[in-house]
Amino acid sequence: MTVPPPDALRARPRTASGTRGRTGPGRGERAVERRLAFWLLLPTLVALGLIVAYPVTRAVVRSVFDDPIRGDPDFVGFANYAEALWGFERVEFWNAFANTVLFTVVTVTIETLLGLAMALVMHRAFRGRGIVRVAVLLPWALPTAVSAVMWGWMLQPDGVVNALLGTDIVWGGSEWPAKWSIIFAEVWKTSPFVALLILAGLQTIPPHLYEAAAIDGASAWKRFTSITLPLVKPALVVAVLFRTLDALRMYDLPQILTGGANNTDTLSMLVVQAATSELRQGYGGALSTITFLFVFLCAFLLIRTIGANVFAGFGGEGGARR
Amino acid sequence: MGNATGSTAAAGAPAPARRRGGTATARRRRAPMTWESWVIAGGILLLVLYCLAPFYWMFVSSLKGPGEITDNSLWPAAPTLVNYRGVFGGENHFGYAVRNSIIIAVATTGLAMVIAVSCGYALARLRFRGRNLVLGLVLASSMFPGVAIVTPLYQLFSDWGWIDQYQAMVVPNISFALPLAIFVLTTFFREMPWELEEAARVDGCGPVGAFSRVILPLAAPGVATTALLVFFAAWNEYLISSVVSITLASNPVTVALAKFAGDTEFQQPFGSQMAAGVVVTVPLIVLVLLFQRRIVRGLSAGGFR
Repeated sequence: MTVPPPDALRARPRTASGTRGRTGPGRGERAVERRLAFWLLLPTLVALGLIVAYPVTRAVVRSVFDDPIRGDPDFVGFANYAEALWGFERVEFWNAFANTVLFTVVTVTIETLLGLAMALVMHRAFRGRGIVRVAVLLPWALPTAVSAVMWGWMLQPDGVVNALLGTDIVWGGSEWPAKWSIIFAEVWKTSPFVALLILAGLQTIPPHLYEAAAIDGASAWKRFTSITLPLVKPALVVAVLFRTLDALRMYDLPQILTGGANNTDTLSMLVVQAATSELRQGYGGALSTITFLFVFLCAFLLIRTIGANVFAGFGGEGGARR
Repeated sequence: MGNATGSTAAAGAPAPARRRGGTATARRRRAPMTWESWVIAGGILLLVLYCLAPFYWMFVSSLKGPGEITDNSLWPAAPTLVNYRGVFGGENHFGYAVRNSIIIAVATTGLAMVIAVSCGYALARLRFRGRNLVLGLVLASSMFPGVAIVTPLYQLFSDWGWIDQYQAMVVPNISFALPLAIFVLTTFFREMPWELEEAARVDGCGPVGAFSRVILPLAAPGVATTALLVFFAAWNEYLISSVVSITLASNPVTVALAKFAGDTEFQQPFGSQMAAGVVVTVPLIVLVLLFQRRIVRGLSAGGFR
């Protein structure tokens, strides 16, 4: 896999084993340790092998066979892939692809900006920290299914959102309102969570930096851009990375809120439709392979472009954050 | 609830380091409120409102009778429990769904934790070759989109007669829960002092003894936090369940709730949907109130989801 192992996770045990070096475990003990490690890791490897690697492999293999009405499937090479990308189904596929990318880019952008603003406010709040923390955790803890149903209710034509806005938009009735309602619901649920991740990063910034900058006469904006932003970047990057990967596989929310009506299908929804209601295992396998290759490509590009120190921030601060 | 106020008070007093760091600003702040602190206070108010208003609306709507449900009044003129009766009586049988979800989430949590604790301990504490490979595998599987396994699992489970069985949801849930649990636990295990384990070894414990007698009891809070995160994830799972659980008898709450919506296109039972939403949310609110500090810590350790 192209994903580099977390730097911090790699680096720390070295120091740790260095500490351990003091007592210097003997050769026999190290063998015991290795054997123990093998047995401790075995359940994880078996579980991931059976529940992730095997089904994924099966889907990839199945994707090069066709879907006959009756009888056994025949080998068809990349026909299923061609079907999705430029065959009869291409409009459906590229619409779902465009929707997935749109939802991801728009929600992650809004969530990051909103989350940063929320984190800055939470960082400064001295009183009521616990209440704020509970409030912020609740949208995260709520099942997406419940959130979707709840927003479905609030976005009714005569619902509370229209009442507050003084509009009478039929949110589920046409393409862009339907898309925006998905974006609203997603942003509502996840930006508080992004805020928590960013807050954890903010709390690692030593306050004396700000005091020194204030003494030097730096304006609030200057302090924000030259202290806060660079130092909170690792946390920000982690939040963006994981939110992007999550948004790319969005399924529950659009499925329940719009059911894919008005061109709101995502890639994940297409895969599930193909596999279940259409019973097209081969085509569904091709779609799922395309989807996860795309997700991995995005993960790879994100890690390459926004910095290899992503995981240093992710694992490294875990300890420092207390 | 008493507990909640207790932890809020505790949270009100930040860690010593922050307090020390904050004194300069705190002293300045004791003077009449500056414009800056007004902005912060306003921001906090907006933030809390933003997070809680939809919950409030769900709760209020659940108390409105059929005549009032579309009124958009901030409080029902005649609060009624008719929606709750609709949820648990009649054709909805939401009680089954709650029971199913509890069974599925508890089984997932139990199994995933046993596997993840051993893996997390090995990754955090033991020296062996291939450590980075295992980490990479776990990380990679955390990035897998759930749909990549839906198609083949649906087919496999149909062949095995697992459709509508609890294990058809528990087993795939473990694949989502494991990477999260392993990352959080590895972080927790690594933070524990080495000296204790060494002392145990000197006193004649082998690695196994040191693990089970010294490290595991010490790690209990971290393990509990991780279990809580896994429980949330399992309770909230929808994708796999919606595919492999077809009848009401095996639907978890997420699927059952979404199904209320799908039945009739024009007259959706919004009152009972909101009541069902409240029923699903209340246990989560209680858990969040009780464990908010732990959850935040666990989330920071895992860095995702």
